[in-house]
Amino acid sequence: MQSRNSKIGLVLFTIYLIVYGGFVFLNAFTPETMEATPIAGLNVAILYGFALIIGAIALSGLYGFLCREKSSSNNEEPRA
Amino acid sequence: MIHELSWKAVIFFSIFVGFTLGLSFWLGRKAKSSEGFFAAHGQIPWFVNGIAFAGDYLSAASFLGICGMIAFYGYDGFLYSIGYLAGWIVALFVIAEPMKRMGRFTFADALDSKFNSPGIKLAAGISTLAVSIFYLIPQMVGAGVLVQPLLALPHWVGVVLVGTIVTLIVVTAGMVSTTWVQFLKGTLLVFFSAILTWMILQKGFTVEEGGIDGHKFQSLTVTADDLANDDGTVGTLTNVDVLPTPEGWESTKQSYVHLKNRETQLTSVWHVIKPATDGDPITLTEAQTVTTLTNGNLLINGLPLGTKSGEAVLHPIGYLKSLPDGQTETGPLSPVEFFSILQKSEVVLWKSEKIKAPDTTEVSVYYQKVTSGSQVLRPGEHPTFKGIRSDKFSDKINFLSLMLALFCGTASLPHILIRYYTVKDESSARKSTIVGITSIGFFYVLTLYLGLGAMTSGSLDLSDTNMAAPLLAKSMNTWLFAAISAIAFTTVLGTVSGLILASAGAVTHDLMSSAFGIQMNDDEKVRVAKISSVFVGAIAIVLGILFKDMNVSFLVGWAFSVAASANLPSLVMILFWPRVTRQGIITAIVVGMVSSLGWILLSAEAFEKIYGLDVLKTPAIVPFSQPGIVTIPLGFLTLVVVSLMTKRREDS
Repeated sequence: MQSRNSKIGLVLFTIYLIVYGGFVFLNAFTPETMEATPIAGLNVAILYGFALIIGAIALSGLYGFLCREKSSSNNEEPRA
Repeated sequence: MIHELSWKAVIFFSIFVGFTLGLSFWLGRKAKSSEGFFAAHGQIPWFVNGIAFAGDYLSAASFLGICGMIAFYGYDGFLYSIGYLAGWIVALFVIAEPMKRMGRFTFADALDSKFNSPGIKLAAGISTLAVSIFYLIPQMVGAGVLVQPLLALPHWVGVVLVGTIVTLIVVTAGMVSTTWVQFLKGTLLVFFSAILTWMILQKGFTVEEGGIDGHKFQSLTVTADDLANDDGTVGTLTNVDVLPTPEGWESTKQSYVHLKNRETQLTSVWHVIKPATDGDPITLTEAQTVTTLTNGNLLINGLPLGTKSGEAVLHPIGYLKSLPDGQTETGPLSPVEFFSILQKSEVVLWKSEKIKAPDTTEVSVYYQKVTSGSQVLRPGEHPTFKGIRSDKFSDKINFLSLMLALFCGTASLPHILIRYYTVKDESSARKSTIVGITSIGFFYVLTLYLGLGAMTSGSLDLSDTNMAAPLLAKSMNTWLFAAISAIAFTTVLGTVSGLILASAGAVTHDLMSSAFGIQMNDDEKVRVAKISSVFVGAIAIVLGILFKDMNVSFLVGWAFSVAASANLPSLVMILFWPRVTRQGIITAIVVGMVSSLGWILLSAEAFEKIYGLDVLKTPAIVPFSQPGIVTIPLGFLTLVVVSLMTKRREDS
């Protein structure tokens, strides 16, 4: 169970790392992208920033959900 | 600048402190063992622990610093919010469960779980103390800064007050009372920030010509001839003389004009906006000045500081110059409209310049800068984040390095890590982190509304960016101001108690008991921990007073860099790489700590802010200020190389 949790954790971590990295690199190397206003008059800086925060909350909820499923169905499984 | 005693704030604060101290003494009866003192017997419910994470983590720097930065510069402060929250992803997905599984009281326990080595405990204990002290200084200075507007008392009283209360909280019931203080603080902070945000949205935007004191800032359209002749009129002003440029003002970055009123004999300073083409009219906008005289007294716009007749205070600022489609008022706004309307509006921001006169008086001149909303809502305007808009590669690396340190720092902060030992099992550790991320993330979303709300509230104090959030509350309602000020103060209590407890744990467990091998029974351990808490509390008070005049918020950034460089490589590698050796961990902590500290002390930021050097004359030794991007990989590399070398020796 431990190793399953940590595998799920690593996958979700990698997803977030890529999205966060994308934000940081966009800011650093094409700052003008951040000023575009693609949706509802909001600029990319706000959209991407809010997505990172809400995304973190969503991913943490998903992780909690996936780990709970595993622990309830695999109680009998011997530990790796 | 002039602060009156707010009885409402005193009442709020007293209730909170009285309640928490009462709770501490009551809980203190239960927390007699070291298990209770350091880890609250592992009995804290996961939801409470999750909110306590928020109370522990959301420091004065988060609340006051970020709101102030957004209020004066726009979006940039929100980059901190994003980075601080992202760090929790590392904590949840990588660190949380193994941390709980492997350790007992301190994070050094987890690192040392395979080896039982005094060397690891020594290195990790010292790094805990270094990081915690860096983190403590800005919190304690913040306490002193807050007490002035809240209780109208001197700086040192605030520092001593916070230091004493926190030490009492920690000494009475250790982790048990610390947790409940943090839980209360986290709840109140998030709840009242949400109320304030709702009020900002209900109020909407209005176009103003000045702040809430009713002063309308003037602007004059003049010709060059107007300024050259002495007919007593300048634009619409009459009875004024244009003064020759005073000494010290010859080489300012911006241009200014000094006008003297013939009746009042008062001199006012105006910022000159030159026309795009020569010969067109010049615009003069009213500036504000703070003059520090050689005897330490202050002159505000030429008059002594005070609220009586013949005295002056700085006019509050923070207003919109225009809204889209010529509107003057928007009425209530939705959370999305708040940004989309601001994006198309114009905000009057204020910039400043310092001028040193030859008689050694110092003048800070503040001038208006009309800024488009689209510029306010884009990153890269604050000096810390100017790297984004710089052409220099090293400036961009500096930005990447800061964002990396924020990402890696959270999961390496000792006072956060010890909170994993207060719950009963790994599943609770995971759940409480999820609650923590949700409440902290929600709060960070609010910071952008609070900061931009303060920017347009008409209540900002030019001389104190940290007061943006409390003053915003004051512009809405005095009870709200009292609540927010008291919460800001208790914000310091929550974070400082966590830091003191982490330091006391490091001294008792890692250094005395493990590294120096002093045999102690359980009672003695608790006694030593209490004595070290008092000692650390006293150090915190002294540092808070010593660093009074320094802007110390950058120290939080340093703490993140040092924590990430010294602690993260070992924490991560011990989980994922079976070949880690004792020597590898010790060297990685020492190399990470020394290299990041050394880098910081040789950086342009330290040259300017600590040694007071001009970096143009004395260039810094390292190419950029933020160490993370070099020293975090260096920590990993050291750990791998040393582990491989020592393994081979052991094998042979």
